[in-house]
Amino acid sequence: MAAYFSSLNPIALWNAAPGGIAQGLIWGIMALGVYTTFRVLNFADMTVDGSFSLGGAVAVMLMLNGFNPSIVLFASLGAGLLAGLITGILHTKLGIPDILAGILTQISLYSINLNIMGKANQAVPINSVRVFFTSNIRYLGQTLALTLVVDVIIVSIIYWFLGTELGSSIRATGINPDMSRAQGIDTNKMKILALMLGNGLVALSGGILSEYQGFADVKMGQGSIVIGLAAVIIGEVLAEALVGKRLNFVMRLSFTIIGAIIYYMVYVFVLWLKFPADDMKLLTAIVVAAFLAVPYLKEKRVNSFSGLQKRNARLQAESLNNDKEAE
Amino acid sequence: MLEIRNICKTFNAGTINEKVALSNVSITLNDGDFCTVIGGNGAGKSTIMNAVAGVWPIDSGMILVDGTDVSGLSEYQRAPFFGRVFQDPRTGTAGDMQIDENLALAARRGQRRTLRWGVTRKEQEKYKEYLKTLDLGLEDRLTAKVGLLSGGQRQALTLIMATMKKPKVLLLDEHTAALDPKTASKVLAATDRIVEENRLTTLMVTHNMRDAIQHGNRLIMMNEGKVALDISGEAKKKLTVEDLLHKFEEVTGGSFANDRMLLS
Ligand SMILES: Nc1ncnc2c1ncn2[C@@H]1O[C@H](COP(=O)(O)OP(=O)(O)O)[C@@H](O)[C@H]1O
Ligand SMILES: [Mg+2]
Repeated sequence: MAAYFSSLNPIALWNAAPGGIAQGLIWGIMALGVYTTFRVLNFADMTVDGSFSLGGAVAVMLMLNGFNPSIVLFASLGAGLLAGLITGILHTKLGIPDILAGILTQISLYSINLNIMGKANQAVPINSVRVFFTSNIRYLGQTLALTLVVDVIIVSIIYWFLGTELGSSIRATGINPDMSRAQGIDTNKMKILALMLGNGLVALSGGILSEYQGFADVKMGQGSIVIGLAAVIIGEVLAEALVGKRLNFVMRLSFTIIGAIIYYMVYVFVLWLKFPADDMKLLTAIVVAAFLAVPYLKEKRVNSFSGLQKRNARLQAESLNNDKEAE
Repeated sequence: MLEIRNICKTFNAGTINEKVALSNVSITLNDGDFCTVIGGNGAGKSTIMNAVAGVWPIDSGMILVDGTDVSGLSEYQRAPFFGRVFQDPRTGTAGDMQIDENLALAARRGQRRTLRWGVTRKEQEKYKEYLKTLDLGLEDRLTAKVGLLSGGQRQALTLIMATMKKPKVLLLDEHTAALDPKTASKVLAATDRIVEENRLTTLMVTHNMRDAIQHGNRLIMMNEGKVALDISGEAKKKLTVEDLLHKFEEVTGGSFANDRMLLS
């Protein structure tokens, strides 16, 4: 035990922190995509695991073909929009249930990503291009500033878009599709738009991450839906606790990014504790399951048959006791 | 003018759950007609409303608004012609959006949803005026989430949303059934006033015979997917609850006692 603790190096943790924040800021963009589909549209979109890798694959392959590393990110975004479009069409035009529609696109993207890259992973040609989002320790400050700016821009755009007539219609579709149709909103179109937006953000995030880590991998998006959800949920819990009733929409979006940062700081910390990296997904799943379960269990405690039975049994026992005492 | 021409609807056709919900129903409402609809449980009242609104396609027949057949349009496409209020107060509004946002959604019924801002300052002022007419204090809570409102407030809001764009036909499906009697009569009074002021052609389903008699200039009784009775003009004015009960027993061939149709 003592040997374990003495093997932990606080300086290493300190050095790893900026990288954790940078990753959090990058994954925060993907979390905003998950927020758009999961929270705004109320659609559990499984496409994201595939569209995240798609964004990375498109970015790296275009860079290998000599394209500018900032232009390629727009291509990642566009590829993500297409992925969302496919899921949207499967769901709205072909009547496939939401989760299954996402899984179908996700699975097909696995093959598509392999075809795009020609093999399971491809490295960024660091000799011929200078990426903007780099994990190189010398430029990490620049990367942090740049990702922060990108995040702020994206939050502003989402805030603006969801406040427009079109965005309001998307929100209404997520909350009450019957009412939306009664008010003349084409709910299918709104679902497709939201899925496109969400997956566009996810793929953009994948593109930026591939620049940051220096490669794209067909499996880089695996489990990202859970990471996105973790960020959304951590953000919500934190926002409830810190801001409470005054929580507005910009704050909700910002806290989603903060959730992603916290997730990655925990990730860095757990790795620092020499926790095997392969077990991180298990840990993440447990955290997300726990947070999703908390509101349900809270409600259950107030509102359950077994709870009522216990309370009433206690009351009966008490009145029996009182009767005895009275005798 | 609304013309429902020989419409038929069978649910789950060809299965053991097959249910003929509407068989050859024809109803014509002239401009300004206020028609109440009564009938037993499962008589097809809601089905008529849903057929007109386009919740699903009808099997056969036509639905004409001012002479144009709308039966081939999907629900959202024909929404500009109709204003709707539902039985469940939660159905007609988006609970997680603000009062003004809900109104703004309704104000754009039939228009393209653009990238302009969803609610403008100017329309907020307009909405305050609308809400004042309800006298429920909603004008001071423009940015409150609709989910925080009571059932009656939500129905009143839905009523405003349904009528602010002056629909060709107003469809009310037992919109006071989920409210307590006092709130129900308030919402009904608001309904009367709005219909009157805008001279709206209205189809109102109710399970309350007294309401069906007191409101509107015409009354239809449905039974087993058919129009069993259609009374208007002087005859409607002279109608009593006893007359209706009698008629109801006649068409159903039984007693009303175990039915939901109430005298209240
Ligand atoms: N969407 C549906 N699917 C299957 N059956 C339905 C559907 N809607 C209504 N019905 C059936 O059609 C009949 C008429 O229903 P409805 O119009 O809702 O009655 P009510 O007059 O009480 O409003 C009922 O037997 C009902 O079960
Ligand atoms: Mg009904």
